[in-house]
Parts: sequence; structure tokens; C-alpha cells
Amino acid sequence: MRTRTERFLPFALLLPTIAFLTLLIVIPMVQALLLSVMAESDGLSLDNFQRMFADVNFSDAWRNTLLLLILIVPLQIVLALVMALLINSRFRGHGIFLYIYAIPLAISDLAAGILWLAVFTERGYLNSTLQNAGVIDQPVLWLSFDNFAGILSAIVIAESWRATALVLVILIAGLQLIPRDFFEAADLFGANRLRRTVHVVLPLLRPSLQSALIIRTIFAFQTFAVVFALAGRNMPVLAGEAYTWYATNRNEHVAAAYAVVVLGLTVVAIIVYLRVLGLREAEVQR
Amino acid sequence: MNARVLDRSVLYAGAIFLAIWVLVPFYLIAISAFTPQAKIFDYPKPLVPTSLSTDTMQFFVEARGVIPSVLNSLVVALFTIVFGLVLGAPAGYALARFRFRGREAFQVVVLMTKMFPIAILSIPLAVTFLQLGLYDNLISVALVHTAMALPFIVLVTGGVFVAVSHELEEAAQTLGCSRWGAFLRIVLPLALPGLAAAAIFTFVISWNEVFAATILTLRTRTLPAQVLASLSTSPLAFKFAGGLFMVLPAIVFIFLIRKYLMNLWGSR
Repeated sequence: MRTRTERFLPFALLLPTIAFLTLLIVIPMVQALLLSVMAESDGLSLDNFQRMFADVNFSDAWRNTLLLLILIVPLQIVLALVMALLINSRFRGHGIFLYIYAIPLAISDLAAGILWLAVFTERGYLNSTLQNAGVIDQPVLWLSFDNFAGILSAIVIAESWRATALVLVILIAGLQLIPRDFFEAADLFGANRLRRTVHVVLPLLRPSLQSALIIRTIFAFQTFAVVFALAGRNMPVLAGEAYTWYATNRNEHVAAAYAVVVLGLTVVAIIVYLRVLGLREAEVQR
Repeated sequence: MNARVLDRSVLYAGAIFLAIWVLVPFYLIAISAFTPQAKIFDYPKPLVPTSLSTDTMQFFVEARGVIPSVLNSLVVALFTIVFGLVLGAPAGYALARFRFRGREAFQVVVLMTKMFPIAILSIPLAVTFLQLGLYDNLISVALVHTAMALPFIVLVTGGVFVAVSHELEEAAQTLGCSRWGAFLRIVLPLALPGLAAAAIFTFVISWNEVFAATILTLRTRTLPAQVLASLSTSPLAFKFAGGLFMVLPAIVFIFLIRKYLMNLWGSR
């Protein structure tokens, strides 16, 4: 009797979580698909996708989302790697620095966008500093609709600032798995810090680096509020278009078509993730 | 010896430089939010403010809809914490205490959910909630936030329950406690700090979430939804004060749960 309840207990404990996630994730995914192929009248059609493809912002949204991904993710990985290696050298006071580097983990993309708006806005701190230093005579319009490079740089900087913390935490957790002996053995053989990093640490850190890379890639498909805060609608991105079609154009069908695009990209990224890391490795916690 | 000193100084210089990079935007938003409204458009602005006032913050707090949206944010976060812990903590306990078939498959599910773009699902969900009469309702926002927080809650509570000695729990059971009694009297009190950390992290997720909150509400806005929806019409002073307002609790909370950060994201 006791063994029987014991055998079923873990499943009973998991049931609420599984049921809830099915209700809130699996069903809406199917619904997004249905909404996107449902015609305004009745029946199935690809009208919504055609409208999405025909929209002037669609190709821009694609290009911008991918452009941001390509610019931001490598920057974050390099920055986080430097931070993680510094922290991992366990110098005196490294705990305080880890806390400081981790703060942006608790900052929303909307708040991050607004923080950097104070820097990049016409009469903001960047222009003020440049003017005081005599570099410019009048404010530069970094976020103006015709300054694509300016807007792009502002978003890349704001997102790199905010989401590097996430990569950092993943990498530090990975570094903690590497036994200290490895570092000491490398010392013994006279490897200097740079060579030790390249030949000993990086190969061992590969799973964490891959995992950070894919998680950040998936999140990059959802970039939205930071773009809205800095550029308004001057810089269309996929998730932003989904929001606009839903909230402004009041067309949930085309919005759902955008959602399906983002979901599709995510599913592909997750499959790549499982392929690259291997299911076995992904399964094992820590 | 000199090489060692040089080595140390390079290390510290790098660490300090990166710390400044992280901290400067916080300093700038703080002085922006405490610049008198009349001086927000001064140019060029000094990096050390000449005058500070609560004028701009006051303008933000008194703006229409701000106080209600803060209250809405708190209500949503509270519901999310309750839903999340009630659903997720049992799963965390199961992962910590039992070896069962499908355990690894469940861990993969948790991992997938952590990465999954749940916010984007608020578009089909909005249509459903509209049909169910749950649209523009704080509970529906809390449900979506719960789905986002759940994988993290399972991971953290799992780690917390692993750390509570199994022997102690078994001893209580040999001494006559039921499994449930042993859980309540032994495990729960010991796990409380960790559960509090899970609750705090859940709060941060919910407090920060923008996309779903904006899609799923119309009048009962949360704070980020209120700020986002008024971005194109609100003056700079409102944005800066709103930015600081959203950031402050997050900074305090990340400090409180700094020990658990590796558990949240570290496990792949």
C-alpha cells in the first residue's frame, strides 16, 4: 500500500505543472496556428500570411531582427566571457563585482531602453559629454528616423548592456564545473593566463557557451520593448510588428501570423540546441 | 614580484572598468529622474547635476493611471507568486526526492519552457480570454506570468529541497510523522529561505514583463504596460521617472537573491 502511493506520488506532484504548461503553452500554440490560417470570413486560407508578407514593414522587421541578433549576441558572449573569467580568477572582492555585473538581470527590456534613452536622446548625456569635450558643436540626432546606424547602435548598446548578465551567469555556472586542478595543472606547466584560457578553459566551457548562445538567440527573436523605447516605430522588428498588428491595427490574424513566425524560429533554434548539445547532456542538470 | 603586481592591477582595472559600464546608466537615469522638469531640456547637461528635486518624480506619480498601474503590478505579481509556488514547488520536491521514470524527460520540458517565448502566446490567449470574459483582467495576466516563472520555480525549489537533509525527514517519519507531517514540520521551515528566493525571483519576472501585460489589458494596465502604451505620447520627464521607478525594486531584489542566481540560469 505504502509502496504503491510512493510510486505514484512523484507523478501526482508533477501533474499540476504539466497540466498548467499544457494549458498555457501547448493549446495557445495550436491556437496561434489556427488563428493565422483562419480567413476573415470562414474557412482556411493563407490570406493572413500574404498580408504579412505584403506589408512594407515585414522585410524590414526580418532584416532588423536578424541584424540585431548578429550584432548583439557575439558582443554579449565576448563581454560576458571577459567578466566571467575575471570573476573566476577569484581576486579579493570578486563577489561585489559579480553582484554589480548581475544587476541588469533584474532589469526589463523596457526599463533598459528608457535608461539608454537618457543617454542617446537629442539633449541627452552622450551629446552633452561630446559637446562639453568640444567634439561636436551641436547635438547629433542619434535616434532620428533617418539615422539608421544611430538607432541600430543605440539598441545594440542597450541590449548588450542589459542581457550580458544572463550570459554571464550561465558562463560562471559553467566555470564552476571545471575542477580547480585544471587551472593549477596548467600553472605547473607554465601556461600563461591567455594560453591557459584558450587551451584549457574555453574547450571545457563549450557546453555553457553553446547553451548561452542558443538561449540568447531565442530571446533575440522577441526583442521588442527596448526597440520601442529607443526608436518608437522607426525600427520594425518581428515581435514589435506582432504587437502593432494586434494593438494598433486590431487584426489578431496577422498578429498571429507574426507569432507563428517567431514560434517557428524558436522551434528551429531549440532543435538545433538539442542536436548540438545532445539530448543526454541537455538532460543533466548542472 | 613585479609581474604579479602588474597582473593584479590589470585584473582590477578590467573589473572596475566593466563595473562602471554596468553602473553608469543607473546613475544617469537617477539624476535624470531627479532633475527638475524645467531643466530636463537643458543642454549641454553637466554629468554632476547642479540642482536636484523630486519635482519630476512627483509629476510621474501624480500622472493619471500611474498609481493604479503600480497597484495592478503588485496584485499580478502576488497572484503569480501564489500560483507559481503552489504549482511548481511540488514538482521541485518530486525532482529532489524521487528517482522515477520520465524524470529526465520532465527536466527537458522544464528547460524548454525556460527558453520558450511565452509572451508571444498572449496573442492567441487574448482571443481566448476575450471569449471567456477574462480579457483585461489581472488574473489572466498573472496566469501568463506564472507560465513564464514556473520553470524557474521548479529549478530553484528543486535545488532548495535537495539541500534539506533527507535523513532528517526520514527520522521524523520513523518517529511517527506522516510524510506530509514531516514535510510541514521539518522540510518546509528549513526550505523557507530558498522558497522566499523563488518568490522574489517570480516577483521580478512579473514586475518586469511588458509584452503579455500590454496585449492582455486595456484599462487595467500594469506599470510596464502603462509606460509602454504611453511611450509615443508621454514627455521625457515621465519616461525617465517611470524608468527609475521600474528599476529600483529590481536592484534591491537581485541583491536579496544573489546566492541563487546560478541555480536559476546555470543549469542547462
